[in-house]
Amino acid sequence: MKQSRLVIISGLSIGAASVLLMRLGNPANMGVCVACFIRDIAGGLGLHRAAAVQYLRPEVPGFILGSMIVSSITREFKPRGGSSPLLRFVLGFFMMIGALVFLGCPLRMGLRLAAGDLNALVGLVGFAAGIWVGLIYLRNGFSLGRSTRLPAPNGAAMPAMAAGTVLLAAAAPAFIFFSTSGPGASHAPLLISLAVGLLVGVLAQRSRLCMAGGIRDLFLIKSGHLFVGFVAIFAAALVLNLAVGDFKLGFEGQPVAHTDGLWNFLGMGLVGLCATLAGGCPLRQCILSGEGDADAAVTVLGMLIGAAFAHNFGTAASAAGVTANGKWAVAIGYAAAVAIAYFCLPRAQKGGKADAA
Amino acid sequence: MPHRVDARGLSCPQPVVLTQKALQDAGNDVIEVIVDNACSLENVTRFARSKGCAVETAPLSHAEAEGEGVDGCYIIRITPRAGAR
Repeated sequence: MKQSRLVIISGLSIGAASVLLMRLGNPANMGVCVACFIRDIAGGLGLHRAAAVQYLRPEVPGFILGSMIVSSITREFKPRGGSSPLLRFVLGFFMMIGALVFLGCPLRMGLRLAAGDLNALVGLVGFAAGIWVGLIYLRNGFSLGRSTRLPAPNGAAMPAMAAGTVLLAAAAPAFIFFSTSGPGASHAPLLISLAVGLLVGVLAQRSRLCMAGGIRDLFLIKSGHLFVGFVAIFAAALVLNLAVGDFKLGFEGQPVAHTDGLWNFLGMGLVGLCATLAGGCPLRQCILSGEGDADAAVTVLGMLIGAAFAHNFGTAASAAGVTANGKWAVAIGYAAAVAIAYFCLPRAQKGGKADAA
Repeated sequence: MPHRVDARGLSCPQPVVLTQKALQDAGNDVIEVIVDNACSLENVTRFARSKGCAVETAPLSHAEAEGEGVDGCYIIRITPRAGAR
Protein backbone atom coordinates (compact mmCIF):
# COMPACT_ATOMS: atom_id res chain seq x y z
CA MET A 1 0.00 0.00 0.00
CA LYS A 2 2.64 2.47 1.08
CA GLN A 3 4.85 1.41 -1.82
CA SER A 4 2.15 2.08 -4.43
CA ARG A 5 1.52 5.54 -2.96
CA LEU A 6 5.27 6.19 -3.27
CA VAL A 7 5.15 5.26 -6.98
CA ILE A 8 2.33 7.76 -7.58
CA ILE A 9 3.99 10.55 -5.58
CA SER A 10 7.29 9.94 -7.41
CA GLY A 11 5.59 9.98 -10.80
CA LEU A 12 3.69 13.18 -10.05
CA SER A 13 6.85 14.86 -8.72
CA ILE A 14 8.95 13.85 -11.73
CA GLY A 15 6.25 15.04 -14.15
CA ALA A 16 5.97 18.37 -12.35
CA ALA A 17 9.75 18.78 -12.02
CA SER A 18 10.14 18.19 -15.75
CA VAL A 19 7.76 21.00 -16.63
CA LEU A 20 9.49 23.23 -14.07
CA LEU A 21 12.91 22.56 -15.66
CA MET A 22 11.46 23.37 -19.06
CA ARG A 23 10.14 26.70 -17.78
CA LEU A 24 13.57 27.39 -16.28
CA GLY A 25 15.41 26.86 -19.53
CA ASN A 26 15.62 23.17 -20.50
CA PRO A 27 14.65 22.39 -24.13
CA ALA A 28 11.01 22.01 -25.14
CA ASN A 29 9.36 18.76 -24.03
CA MET A 30 12.77 17.82 -22.63
CA GLY A 31 12.47 18.80 -18.98
CA VAL A 32 14.13 15.51 -18.20
CA CYS A 33 15.36 13.02 -20.79
CA VAL A 34 17.96 10.47 -19.80
CA ALA A 35 18.97 9.67 -23.38
CA CYS A 36 19.15 13.30 -24.57
CA PHE A 37 21.06 14.34 -21.46
CA ILE A 38 23.61 11.53 -21.69
CA ARG A 39 23.99 12.53 -25.37
CA ASP A 40 24.65 16.12 -24.28
CA ILE A 41 27.19 14.90 -21.71
CA ALA A 42 28.95 12.87 -24.43
CA GLY A 43 29.08 16.13 -26.42
CA GLY A 44 30.30 18.16 -23.45
CA LEU A 45 33.15 15.69 -22.98
CA GLY A 46 34.00 16.03 -26.67
CA LEU A 47 33.20 12.40 -27.45
CA HIS A 48 31.16 13.74 -30.36
CA ARG A 49 31.37 17.15 -32.01
CA ALA A 50 27.72 17.95 -32.77
CA ALA A 51 27.96 21.57 -31.70
CA ALA A 52 24.24 21.92 -30.87
CA VAL A 53 24.12 19.17 -28.23
CA GLN A 54 27.05 19.70 -25.88
CA TYR A 55 26.46 20.38 -22.18
CA LEU A 56 27.35 18.49 -19.01
CA ARG A 57 23.74 18.08 -17.85
CA PRO A 58 23.80 17.93 -14.04
CA GLU A 59 20.47 16.05 -13.92
CA VAL A 60 21.98 12.67 -14.87
CA PRO A 61 24.78 12.72 -12.26
CA GLY A 62 22.04 13.97 -9.92
CA PHE A 63 20.02 10.78 -10.47
CA ILE A 64 23.09 8.66 -9.72
CA LEU A 65 24.13 10.63 -6.64
CA GLY A 66 20.56 10.90 -5.29
CA SER A 67 20.21 7.14 -5.58
CA MET A 68 23.59 6.61 -3.91
CA ILE A 69 22.75 8.88 -0.98
CA VAL A 70 19.34 7.38 -0.24
CA SER A 71 20.44 3.76 -0.78
CA SER A 72 23.35 4.35 1.62
CA ILE A 73 20.89 5.56 4.26
CA THR A 74 18.52 2.62 3.74
CA ARG A 75 21.49 0.23 3.58
CA GLU A 76 20.50 -0.97 0.12
CA PHE A 77 23.77 0.29 -1.39
CA LYS A 78 25.72 -2.82 -2.32
CA PRO A 79 28.74 -3.04 -4.64
CA ARG A 80 27.89 -5.82 -7.06
CA GLY A 81 28.42 -6.88 -10.65
CA GLY A 82 29.69 -9.57 -12.97
CA SER A 83 26.44 -10.35 -14.80
CA SER A 84 27.55 -10.16 -18.46
CA PRO A 85 28.97 -6.63 -18.27
CA LEU A 86 30.05 -6.52 -21.92
CA LEU A 87 26.62 -7.63 -23.16
CA ARG A 88 25.05 -4.96 -20.96
CA PHE A 89 27.38 -2.41 -22.55
CA VAL A 90 26.09 -3.48 -25.98
CA LEU A 91 22.47 -3.32 -24.81
CA GLY A 92 23.05 0.15 -23.38
CA PHE A 93 24.74 1.21 -26.62
CA PHE A 94 21.79 0.15 -28.78
CA MET A 95 19.25 1.43 -26.26
CA MET A 96 20.80 4.85 -26.99
CA ILE A 97 20.88 4.27 -30.77
CA GLY A 98 17.14 3.50 -30.71
CA ALA A 99 16.32 6.39 -28.38
CA LEU A 100 18.14 8.89 -30.59
CA VAL A 101 16.25 7.69 -33.67
CA PHE A 102 12.96 8.27 -31.82
CA LEU A 103 14.43 11.36 -30.11
CA GLY A 104 13.98 10.59 -26.44
CA CYS A 105 14.16 7.99 -23.72
CA PRO A 106 10.92 6.42 -22.40
CA LEU A 107 10.66 9.25 -19.87
CA ARG A 108 10.76 11.93 -22.56
CA MET A 109 8.28 9.83 -24.54
CA GLY A 110 5.83 10.33 -21.68
CA LEU A 111 6.63 14.05 -21.52
CA ARG A 112 6.19 14.46 -25.28
CA LEU A 113 2.85 12.69 -25.06
CA ALA A 114 1.83 15.00 -22.22
CA ALA A 115 2.54 17.99 -24.48
CA GLY A 116 0.26 16.57 -27.20
CA ASP A 117 3.00 15.11 -29.44
CA LEU A 118 1.22 12.15 -31.04
CA ASN A 119 4.48 10.84 -32.53
CA ALA A 120 5.22 9.75 -28.98
CA LEU A 121 2.08 7.61 -29.02
CA VAL A 122 3.55 5.71 -31.99
CA GLY A 123 6.77 5.42 -29.99
CA LEU A 124 4.85 4.09 -26.99
CA VAL A 125 3.27 1.33 -29.08
CA GLY A 126 6.74 0.44 -30.41
CA PHE A 127 8.18 0.50 -26.89
CA ALA A 128 5.47 -1.90 -25.68
CA ALA A 129 6.08 -4.17 -28.68
CA GLY A 130 9.82 -4.28 -27.93
CA ILE A 131 9.11 -5.16 -24.29
CA TRP A 132 6.72 -7.90 -25.42
CA VAL A 133 9.43 -9.43 -27.61
CA GLY A 134 11.95 -9.26 -24.74
CA LEU A 135 9.48 -11.04 -22.49
CA ILE A 136 9.27 -14.01 -24.86
CA TYR A 137 12.95 -14.63 -24.12
CA LEU A 138 12.60 -13.94 -20.38
CA ARG A 139 9.73 -16.41 -20.09
CA ASN A 140 11.94 -19.00 -21.76
CA GLY A 141 14.70 -18.57 -19.23
CA PHE A 142 16.79 -15.77 -20.73
CA SER A 143 19.39 -14.61 -18.23
CA LEU A 144 22.56 -12.55 -18.32
CA GLY A 145 23.75 -14.56 -15.32
CA ARG A 146 24.10 -13.71 -11.68
CA SER A 147 25.84 -10.71 -10.24
CA THR A 148 27.94 -11.19 -7.15
CA ARG A 149 29.17 -8.97 -4.41
CA LEU A 150 32.29 -7.04 -5.40
CA PRO A 151 34.92 -5.03 -3.52
CA ALA A 152 33.67 -1.58 -2.46
CA PRO A 153 35.39 0.54 -5.17
CA ASN A 154 33.16 -1.15 -7.79
CA GLY A 155 30.15 0.53 -6.24
CA ALA A 156 31.87 3.85 -5.63
CA ALA A 157 33.31 4.34 -9.14
CA MET A 158 30.12 5.45 -10.87
CA PRO A 159 29.03 7.94 -8.17
CA ALA A 160 32.60 9.30 -8.25
CA MET A 161 32.38 9.80 -12.01
CA ALA A 162 28.99 11.46 -11.52
CA ALA A 163 30.46 13.84 -8.94
CA GLY A 164 33.35 14.56 -11.30
CA THR A 165 30.89 15.43 -14.07
CA VAL A 166 29.11 17.92 -11.80
CA LEU A 167 32.44 19.49 -10.82
CA LEU A 168 33.46 19.85 -14.47
CA ALA A 169 30.08 21.39 -15.31
CA ALA A 170 30.53 23.92 -12.49
CA ALA A 171 34.19 24.70 -13.15
CA ALA A 172 33.71 24.76 -16.95
CA PRO A 173 37.37 24.30 -17.93
CA ALA A 174 38.37 25.07 -21.54
CA PHE A 175 38.44 21.41 -22.60
CA ILE A 176 34.73 20.94 -21.87
CA PHE A 177 32.37 21.81 -24.74
CA PHE A 178 29.33 24.01 -24.14
CA SER A 179 26.83 24.59 -26.95
CA THR A 180 26.24 28.24 -27.76
CA SER A 181 23.06 27.50 -29.75
CA GLY A 182 20.61 24.60 -30.15
CA PRO A 183 19.21 22.28 -27.47
CA GLY A 184 22.58 22.06 -25.70
CA ALA A 185 22.49 25.79 -25.03
CA SER A 186 19.02 25.54 -23.46
CA HIS A 187 19.34 24.66 -19.83
CA ALA A 188 18.07 25.53 -16.40
CA PRO A 189 20.54 27.01 -13.86
CA LEU A 190 23.10 24.39 -12.86
CA LEU A 191 22.20 24.18 -9.17
CA ILE A 192 18.49 23.81 -9.89
CA SER A 193 19.17 21.08 -12.47
CA LEU A 194 21.36 19.29 -9.96
CA ALA A 195 18.79 19.64 -7.18
CA VAL A 196 16.00 18.26 -9.37
CA GLY A 197 18.29 15.44 -10.49
CA LEU A 198 19.04 14.54 -6.87
CA LEU A 199 15.33 14.63 -5.97
CA VAL A 200 14.41 12.42 -8.94
CA GLY A 201 17.24 10.06 -7.98
CA VAL A 202 15.95 9.75 -4.42
CA LEU A 203 12.32 9.25 -5.48
CA ALA A 204 13.09 6.81 -8.29
CA GLN A 205 15.33 4.76 -6.00
CA ARG A 206 12.69 4.50 -3.29
CA SER A 207 9.80 3.79 -5.66
CA ARG A 208 11.77 1.52 -8.09
CA LEU A 209 10.17 3.56 -10.87
CA CYS A 210 10.94 2.07 -14.29
CA MET A 211 9.29 2.93 -17.58
CA ALA A 212 10.09 -0.47 -19.11
CA GLY A 213 9.19 -2.31 -15.90
CA GLY A 214 5.78 -0.64 -15.84
CA ILE A 215 4.70 -2.06 -19.18
CA ARG A 216 6.60 -5.31 -18.66
CA ASP A 217 4.70 -6.09 -15.45
CA LEU A 218 1.38 -5.34 -17.16
CA PHE A 219 2.20 -8.10 -19.67
CA LEU A 220 4.06 -10.47 -17.38
CA ILE A 221 2.10 -10.51 -14.12
CA LYS A 222 -0.91 -8.31 -14.95
CA SER A 223 0.28 -5.80 -12.36
CA GLY A 224 -0.15 -2.07 -12.88
CA HIS A 225 1.96 -1.20 -9.83
CA LEU A 226 4.87 0.40 -11.76
CA PHE A 227 2.82 1.48 -14.77
CA VAL A 228 0.92 3.82 -12.46
CA GLY A 229 4.19 5.75 -12.09
CA PHE A 230 4.35 6.30 -15.84
CA VAL A 231 0.71 7.43 -15.84
CA ALA A 232 1.43 9.81 -12.94
CA ILE A 233 4.37 11.42 -14.79
CA PHE A 234 2.13 11.85 -17.84
CA ALA A 235 -0.79 13.22 -15.81
CA ALA A 236 1.25 15.78 -13.86
CA ALA A 237 3.02 17.03 -16.99
CA LEU A 238 -0.25 17.11 -18.95
CA VAL A 239 -2.06 19.23 -16.37
CA LEU A 240 0.86 21.66 -16.07
CA ASN A 241 1.34 21.88 -19.85
CA LEU A 242 -2.35 22.70 -20.24
CA ALA A 243 -2.12 25.26 -17.44
CA VAL A 244 0.83 27.12 -18.97
CA GLY A 245 -0.43 26.73 -22.55
CA ASP A 246 2.34 24.40 -23.76
CA PHE A 247 -0.07 21.69 -24.91
CA LYS A 248 -0.36 21.30 -28.69
CA LEU A 249 -2.06 18.20 -30.03
CA GLY A 250 -0.84 16.75 -33.32
CA PHE A 251 1.97 15.11 -35.26
CA GLU A 252 3.42 18.08 -37.15
CA GLY A 253 5.76 20.77 -35.85
CA GLN A 254 6.40 19.21 -32.44
CA PRO A 255 9.61 20.36 -30.71
CA VAL A 256 12.70 18.15 -31.22
CA ALA A 257 10.65 15.43 -32.94
CA HIS A 258 10.03 14.02 -36.43
CA THR A 259 6.93 12.47 -37.95
CA ASP A 260 8.40 9.27 -39.42
CA GLY A 261 6.00 6.81 -37.77
CA LEU A 262 7.75 3.60 -38.79
CA TRP A 263 11.06 4.72 -37.31
CA ASN A 264 9.48 6.20 -34.21
CA PHE A 265 7.97 2.75 -33.69
CA LEU A 266 11.16 0.82 -34.48
CA GLY A 267 13.47 3.16 -32.55
CA MET A 268 11.42 2.91 -29.38
CA GLY A 269 10.91 -0.81 -29.99
CA LEU A 270 14.67 -1.27 -29.83
CA VAL A 271 14.76 0.67 -26.56
CA GLY A 272 11.99 -1.56 -25.14
CA LEU A 273 13.74 -4.76 -26.19
CA CYS A 274 17.17 -3.73 -24.87
CA ALA A 275 15.72 -2.33 -21.63
CA THR A 276 13.78 -5.54 -20.96
CA LEU A 277 16.87 -7.69 -21.54
CA ALA A 278 19.05 -5.39 -19.41
CA GLY A 279 16.51 -5.28 -16.57
CA GLY A 280 15.47 -1.63 -16.72
CA CYS A 281 14.92 1.56 -18.68
CA PRO A 282 17.66 4.22 -19.00
CA LEU A 283 16.49 6.00 -15.82
CA ARG A 284 16.46 2.74 -13.85
CA GLN A 285 20.00 1.93 -15.06
CA CYS A 286 21.20 5.28 -13.65
CA ILE A 287 19.46 4.56 -10.34
CA LEU A 288 20.89 1.04 -10.08
CA SER A 289 24.38 2.35 -10.91
CA GLY A 290 24.00 4.69 -7.92
CA GLU A 291 23.12 1.72 -5.68
CA GLY A 292 26.48 0.11 -6.38
CA ASP A 293 25.41 -2.01 -9.37
CA ALA A 294 28.52 -2.02 -11.57
CA ASP A 295 26.64 -3.85 -14.35
CA ALA A 296 24.12 -1.01 -14.55
CA ALA A 297 27.04 1.43 -14.53
CA VAL A 298 28.51 -0.37 -17.56
CA THR A 299 25.09 -0.10 -19.24
CA VAL A 300 25.12 3.66 -18.64
CA LEU A 301 28.63 3.87 -20.12
CA GLY A 302 27.34 1.89 -23.11
CA MET A 303 24.67 4.56 -23.50
CA LEU A 304 27.33 7.30 -23.31
CA ILE A 305 29.42 5.70 -26.04
CA GLY A 306 26.29 4.88 -28.06
CA ALA A 307 25.42 8.59 -27.98
CA ALA A 308 28.93 9.50 -29.16
CA PHE A 309 28.65 7.04 -32.07
CA ALA A 310 25.13 8.25 -32.88
CA HIS A 311 26.40 11.74 -33.62
CA ASN A 312 29.82 10.81 -35.03
CA PHE A 313 28.22 8.34 -37.49
CA GLY A 314 25.15 10.44 -38.16
CA THR A 315 22.65 7.86 -36.90
CA ALA A 316 20.73 10.24 -34.62
CA ALA A 317 17.50 11.62 -36.04
CA SER A 318 16.55 15.30 -36.02
CA ALA A 319 13.45 17.36 -36.69
CA ALA A 320 14.30 16.83 -40.39
CA GLY A 321 13.77 13.08 -40.02
CA VAL A 322 15.68 9.81 -39.72
CA THR A 323 18.96 9.31 -41.60
CA ALA A 324 19.85 6.25 -43.68
CA ASN A 325 22.65 5.56 -41.20
CA GLY A 326 20.11 5.71 -38.37
CA LYS A 327 17.96 3.06 -40.04
CA TRP A 328 20.96 0.77 -40.53
CA ALA A 329 22.04 1.30 -36.94
CA VAL A 330 18.60 0.36 -35.61
CA ALA A 331 18.58 -2.75 -37.83
CA ILE A 332 22.01 -3.75 -36.51
CA GLY A 333 20.74 -3.06 -32.99
CA TYR A 334 17.85 -5.49 -33.42
CA ALA A 335 20.21 -8.13 -34.79
CA ALA A 336 22.56 -7.67 -31.82
CA ALA A 337 19.76 -7.65 -29.21
CA VAL A 338 18.06 -10.74 -30.64
CA ALA A 339 21.42 -12.56 -30.84
CA ILE A 340 22.12 -11.71 -27.19
CA ALA A 341 18.60 -12.78 -26.21
CA TYR A 342 18.81 -16.08 -28.09
CA PHE A 343 22.30 -17.11 -27.04
CA CYS A 344 21.57 -16.36 -23.38
CA LEU A 345 18.66 -18.82 -23.34
CA PRO A 346 19.40 -21.90 -21.23
CA ARG A 347 19.10 -24.28 -24.20
CA ALA A 348 21.58 -22.24 -26.23
CA GLN A 349 24.24 -22.58 -23.56
CA LYS A 350 25.61 -26.05 -24.22
CA GLY A 351 27.38 -27.49 -21.23
CA GLY A 352 26.10 -24.65 -19.08
CA LYS A 353 23.81 -25.06 -16.13
CA ALA A 354 20.22 -25.73 -17.14
CA ASP A 355 18.75 -23.31 -14.60
CA ALA A 356 18.88 -19.54 -14.67
CA ALA A 357 22.39 -19.42 -13.18
CA MET B 1 11.97 -30.05 1.77
CA PRO B 2 10.10 -27.14 0.16
CA HIS B 3 10.68 -26.12 -3.45
CA ARG B 4 13.42 -23.54 -3.42
CA VAL B 5 14.21 -20.77 -5.88
CA ASP B 6 17.58 -19.07 -5.55
CA ALA B 7 17.11 -15.69 -7.22
CA ARG B 8 20.21 -14.05 -5.76
CA GLY B 9 22.06 -11.78 -8.16
CA LEU B 10 19.42 -11.99 -10.90
CA SER B 11 18.14 -8.87 -12.67
CA CYS B 12 14.53 -7.76 -12.82
CA PRO B 13 12.17 -9.49 -13.56
CA GLN B 14 13.86 -12.91 -13.33
CA PRO B 15 13.09 -13.44 -9.61
CA VAL B 16 9.39 -12.98 -10.39
CA VAL B 17 9.54 -15.16 -13.53
CA LEU B 18 11.20 -17.97 -11.54
CA THR B 19 8.66 -17.60 -8.73
CA GLN B 20 5.84 -17.76 -11.26
CA LYS B 21 7.27 -20.99 -12.72
CA ALA B 22 7.88 -22.49 -9.27
CA LEU B 23 4.30 -21.77 -8.18
CA GLN B 24 3.03 -23.55 -11.29
CA ASP B 25 5.25 -26.57 -10.66
CA ALA B 26 4.74 -26.80 -6.89
CA GLY B 27 1.00 -27.38 -6.88
CA ASN B 28 -0.08 -26.70 -3.31
CA ASP B 29 3.40 -27.08 -1.78
CA VAL B 30 5.19 -24.26 0.00
CA ILE B 31 7.97 -22.62 -1.99
CA GLU B 32 10.92 -20.64 -0.70
CA VAL B 33 12.49 -17.85 -2.74
CA ILE B 34 15.85 -16.37 -1.77
CA VAL B 35 16.62 -12.87 -3.00
CA ASP B 36 19.52 -10.51 -2.29
CA ASN B 37 17.93 -7.09 -2.56
CA ALA B 38 14.94 -5.18 -1.24
CA CYS B 39 13.53 -4.50 -4.71
CA SER B 40 13.26 -8.22 -5.55
CA LEU B 41 11.85 -8.86 -2.07
CA GLU B 42 9.05 -6.36 -2.73
CA ASN B 43 8.40 -7.63 -6.28
CA VAL B 44 8.20 -11.31 -5.37
CA THR B 45 6.08 -10.59 -2.27
CA ARG B 46 3.68 -8.37 -4.21
CA PHE B 47 3.40 -10.94 -7.00
CA ALA B 48 2.71 -13.88 -4.64
CA ARG B 49 0.10 -11.91 -2.68
CA SER B 50 -1.60 -10.95 -5.95
CA LYS B 51 -1.94 -14.69 -6.62
CA GLY B 52 -3.72 -15.10 -3.29
CA CYS B 53 -0.77 -16.81 -1.58
CA ALA B 54 0.21 -16.36 2.06
CA VAL B 55 3.68 -14.78 2.23
CA GLU B 56 6.19 -14.68 5.07
CA THR B 57 9.51 -12.91 4.71
CA ALA B 58 12.61 -12.94 6.91
CA PRO B 59 16.28 -12.07 6.62
CA LEU B 60 18.20 -15.12 5.42
CA SER B 61 19.96 -17.01 8.22
CA HIS B 62 23.32 -18.74 7.93
CA ALA B 63 21.70 -22.16 8.38
CA GLU B 64 19.36 -21.55 5.42
CA ALA B 65 22.01 -20.06 3.19
CA GLU B 66 23.90 -23.31 2.55
CA GLY B 67 27.31 -21.72 2.58
CA GLU B 68 26.53 -18.64 0.51
CA GLY B 69 26.67 -15.09 1.82
CA VAL B 70 23.61 -13.91 3.74
CA ASP B 71 24.26 -10.18 3.92
CA GLY B 72 21.23 -8.25 2.67
CA CYS B 73 19.48 -11.49 1.61
CA TYR B 74 15.91 -12.45 2.40
CA ILE B 75 13.94 -15.67 2.35
CA ILE B 76 10.35 -15.49 1.16
CA ARG B 77 8.05 -18.39 2.12
CA ILE B 78 5.04 -18.65 -0.14
CA THR B 79 2.08 -20.85 0.77
CA PRO B 80 -0.42 -21.24 -2.07
CA ARG B 81 -4.00 -20.91 -0.97
CA ALA B 82 -5.73 -24.11 -2.09
CA GLY B 83 -7.49 -23.58 -5.40
CA ALA B 84 -6.41 -19.95 -5.57
CA ARG B 85 -4.01 -20.34 -8.46
